[in-house]
Amino acid sequence: MSLSSIFSQFLAIVAALLLAPLLMGWVNQWRAWFGNRSGAGLLQPYRMLHKLFHKESVVAESASPLFRFAPYVIFGCMLLASAIVPTLSTDLPLAPAADAIALVGLFALARIFISLAAMDIGTAFGTLGARREMLIGFLAEPALLTVLFTASLIGQSTSLSTIVETLAHKQFAIHPSLAFAGIAFTFVSFAENARVPVDNPATHLELTMIHEALILEYSGRHLALIEWAAALKLFAYSCIGLALFFPWGIAEAQAPLAMLFALPALVFKLATGGFLLALIETLSAKMRIFRVPEFLATAFLLAVIGMLTHILLGA
Amino acid sequence: MILGGLSIDWALFVIAVWLVLGLLGLAALRRFELVARVLFPLGALAGLVLAFAAVQGLLSTPEVAVLPIGLPQLPFHLRLDPLAAFFLFVIGAAGCGISLFAAGYFRKGEGTPPGLLCFEYHLFLASMALVVLADDAYAFMVAWESMALSSYFLVTTNHKVPEIRAAGFLYLLIAHVGAIAILLCFGVLQANTGDYTFANMRIQQLSPFWASAAFLLAVFGFGAKAGVLPLHVWLPEAHPAAPSPVSALMSGVMLKTAIYGLLRVGFDLLHLQLWWWGVLLLALGLATALFGVVFATVQSDMKRLLAYSSIENIGLLLAAIGLALVFRAYGMTALAALALTACLYHVASHAFFKSLLFLTTGSVLHATGERNLGHLGGLMRFMPWVAWLALIGVFASSGLPPFSGFVSEWLLLQSFLFTPGLPDSFLNMLIPLAAAAVALTAALAGYAMVKFFGVIFLGQPREEKLRQAHDAGMQEKAGMLWLAAWCVALGLLPNLMIRFIDPVTEKLVGQGLAQQAAANGWWLLTPTSIERASYGPLFFLLGVAAACAIAFVLVRLFYHGRLRRAAPWGCGYPWLTPRMQDTAEGYGQPIRQIFEPFFRLERQLPAPADRQPFYQVMVSDRFWHGVYLPIARAVEFLAALVGRLQQGRIATYLLYSFLTLLFMLLMVPGVKK
Amino acid sequence: MTTLISQLINLFAAVILMLSFAMLAQRRILSLIHLFALQGLAVVGATTVVAYVTDQHHLYYSAALTLALKVFLIPWLLHRLIDRLNVRWDIETLINIPSTMLIGIVLVVFAFNLALPISQLSAAITRGTLGIALASVLLSFMMMIIRSKAVPQVIGFLAMENGLFFAATSATHGMPMVVELGIALDVLVGVFILGVFMFQIREQFDSLDIRHLENLKED
Repeated sequence: MSLSSIFSQFLAIVAALLLAPLLMGWVNQWRAWFGNRSGAGLLQPYRMLHKLFHKESVVAESASPLFRFAPYVIFGCMLLASAIVPTLSTDLPLAPAADAIALVGLFALARIFISLAAMDIGTAFGTLGARREMLIGFLAEPALLTVLFTASLIGQSTSLSTIVETLAHKQFAIHPSLAFAGIAFTFVSFAENARVPVDNPATHLELTMIHEALILEYSGRHLALIEWAAALKLFAYSCIGLALFFPWGIAEAQAPLAMLFALPALVFKLATGGFLLALIETLSAKMRIFRVPEFLATAFLLAVIGMLTHILLGA
Repeated sequence: MILGGLSIDWALFVIAVWLVLGLLGLAALRRFELVARVLFPLGALAGLVLAFAAVQGLLSTPEVAVLPIGLPQLPFHLRLDPLAAFFLFVIGAAGCGISLFAAGYFRKGEGTPPGLLCFEYHLFLASMALVVLADDAYAFMVAWESMALSSYFLVTTNHKVPEIRAAGFLYLLIAHVGAIAILLCFGVLQANTGDYTFANMRIQQLSPFWASAAFLLAVFGFGAKAGVLPLHVWLPEAHPAAPSPVSALMSGVMLKTAIYGLLRVGFDLLHLQLWWWGVLLLALGLATALFGVVFATVQSDMKRLLAYSSIENIGLLLAAIGLALVFRAYGMTALAALALTACLYHVASHAFFKSLLFLTTGSVLHATGERNLGHLGGLMRFMPWVAWLALIGVFASSGLPPFSGFVSEWLLLQSFLFTPGLPDSFLNMLIPLAAAAVALTAALAGYAMVKFFGVIFLGQPREEKLRQAHDAGMQEKAGMLWLAAWCVALGLLPNLMIRFIDPVTEKLVGQGLAQQAAANGWWLLTPTSIERASYGPLFFLLGVAAACAIAFVLVRLFYHGRLRRAAPWGCGYPWLTPRMQDTAEGYGQPIRQIFEPFFRLERQLPAPADRQPFYQVMVSDRFWHGVYLPIARAVEFLAALVGRLQQGRIATYLLYSFLTLLFMLLMVPGVKK
Repeated sequence: MTTLISQLINLFAAVILMLSFAMLAQRRILSLIHLFALQGLAVVGATTVVAYVTDQHHLYYSAALTLALKVFLIPWLLHRLIDRLNVRWDIETLINIPSTMLIGIVLVVFAFNLALPISQLSAAITRGTLGIALASVLLSFMMMIIRSKAVPQVIGFLAMENGLFFAATSATHGMPMVVELGIALDVLVGVFILGVFMFQIREQFDSLDIRHLENLKED
């Protein structure tokens, strides 16, 4: 574990913490522009976090310690997730602790914590949100895992760093299996990050919301942590997608100086990705809740086909 | 090393202690205090000794013993090899926790007298240990049958309830059908030599046909005990019927003896392994797993939910064995060792977390008198100990890092990812599908477990009486803590555990995993190489914990820690009642809708003009209606046919005897000529 | 260079397979037509690459023919057809979509095992793709079975022809030009006849649901 690798790990964590709300703000800004509104500005998520941290937390009388404990765990899970995804560099000392499978486990841990916390108070919305979140989760999780399996089969490894290094080094290799996996991954990330075809982050209409229903009882610093965690999740998912399907510009252990270029490359890729995300969100309509399993099952099966094509075509 | 002396002697000593404790219980039939406060804790201590003996046995060479009991010329041959020692360890360690809990659990005046219960319980433990130690078919079958019988009596503890008697009968029936298959399997394995010792079976060279016959019989026989599709129907009936420590013992430990039997026959007694056995087990296992977990999510009885979750876990174990068989058949021993390690790891992990969860349902049942999820809720506030311990079990059971269930799931998925090396392209195509099915099962298990924990322990109490619920007593807590500690330890220190699994895989497939797994330090699990895959649960936990702690401290430092308690937000509606929460049925409804073809649904819909509209939906098992009821009807029909013979007139019976006599005389070869 | 070419062909094959699956999962007729046109385009791409590698000029002609017919003419005809019939939106499927895709995966595995011995004999650069071609034929066939409206069935039929064409290209580097011309003409005539047929069905039953045809049976 060299000094430079510790430094790159530290940089990755700081970049995740700082860039995640910015990405959220960027997407929201584009959504506003596409909707012919002027938007709240790129820095709005930071202002909101600052405001929420200042406010006192109001907790329901019947809340158990689990309820107060959960936001920290969710935040911790998402931070660790974005620390082990190769964002700027593949030389991450924390990465061996959790490979791709453990990363999915990390997301599952956060999901189960937030669902349990939502059920803790015992309101109609909390339980409704928990049920829907788990409904999405049980299909999205295997789909994500299968996408990562496809990448692991190509990279001959489940370690994300190794996968990214392999993918970035192949001489103009087109992997048809990754095309399937890419589409499946897009579906999954829309569902997991509560974006439009599945959930609407801007709504508080009881019949349609999922993520907002889960966190209805949270306020103050707890809410701030959860919102930050949601931004980190979007950031982590975007970075997984970028690392698997567009692995250029990520620095490696042998070339620590490439970090200088990695940051602008990352920002550029994220900006494009965020723009596309907002575009797709604006163009699509929200689905009925029972179309969501169909949507995700399609994603899951596409990922499976991706894995099959890898084995069949050997690429 | 740890205990000194031969491990097998210690194991036999523990079995003897358990039998003596049982007999003491019989002697003190109604002296509740003595049974609960002395005999059960002593049994727990014996379990601990057994676990130590097993660890010692794991690390030493196989030991044999011959007990001159039973029929003359047919002594019991016993043998403690690594495979047996591993399962003995599971029996001892899980049994220890369950016995501790049982000491505080059993109450006066519950059906069977306490002394009798103590006898049956310890006989059950002793026979499970004997099953694992047996080294000839005779001893094995005696132990197997006494295990089935003692557990049957334990299931029917509350025998005044007709449903419980029915559940017990179903269990006994399937157990015996399975036992017949196992007996036949041993019959095939001894290959007409007439020598039923395992040592003899090992040296027989069966033809592929007879080997396959033996293997299929073993799958059927042990599958009946383990609850493999379609022989699973007794599990969801018997587990809710039995008292909770017994459910814990049956689900956590007894099901594993079936896995032990399958491993013993498949890898040890049979000298060859065919690839299609593995594919068969893989398919059977995945079907069982998916079926079990889908049914678990729609249950509204907490113990039935856990019973179905056990079916799921057995399915995963079977799939792992199947994968190991495939690798073994193609001579890829390193991968076979990986799959087998995943299987054995899950055996231990499931034994601890499922026992723990069943014990928590026991505490809930005692505190509230309710088993139905629809009448529970909010118990975390009244029973914090039970709730937090249950949470550990729930995490382990959902396969979440850094708990024990995740390690086995991780190892299993890793072994799936290595399959593209197989020489058969058809298998290469099928196995990714299997990996996807495992992933789906694991995710659904999370759904079922969130339902289990959320509906019982979170939210508002659905009934007023739940507010009087009390937390578990000292012994109960101690028992659950012991099991929960194992769930955490197995999750955090995988390399340590794999060191103890190693002798087993070395014996069964000729290769171990431990050296490679710990090559990059004891904290990092690397089954092949660090570039290929690695998992460091301690780092993982530290990472999450450090992020939590830093977030906590920084928020306090920069902002404040003010907190105000208020009534929950009821969306403008001032009276928030418990009935506004999701019910257990509501929580399972999405799964019921998505997986509708799995279930047999009977709906009663209200008519528009009904004064009191009534809606009911019954979810039942297709196998019960499609397989078991037709068989039952066929048996009844045949019985009715046979019944016609019975006229009640003596003259007719004499005629039967006379005709039989004539027939027999005709058959004697000399008469014809 | 050859690795790049073979990767390109594999990529086109995967895209064709993906579009077959997308057509199975698509509920809207309009999007179905778009997907069909895209699949035609992928077939054109694959054919052109094969033509370039093997230096067979007649393959360029058949690629051009496919482009004209399957990417432009037939989708345009279908567009007109659904405008006239006024059926743009939802299609009912007989089985739900995830189950359909699951059956589809089974078909893919089946097709690959069927094609394996043949492609092992072949030394052609495209040998891995025969399985995909066969799979997309089977998938289109299944689409015809599970759709209950007439227009999607016609599209399924046409997509099946795409698969066949791709199979011919990948296995034997194309059929003789005369055969290809004949098939192209057949497909075109087929679309016209089926179009007329659909108008007849609608006139008879006021709907395009072919389950109504069951009523024609004499009891």
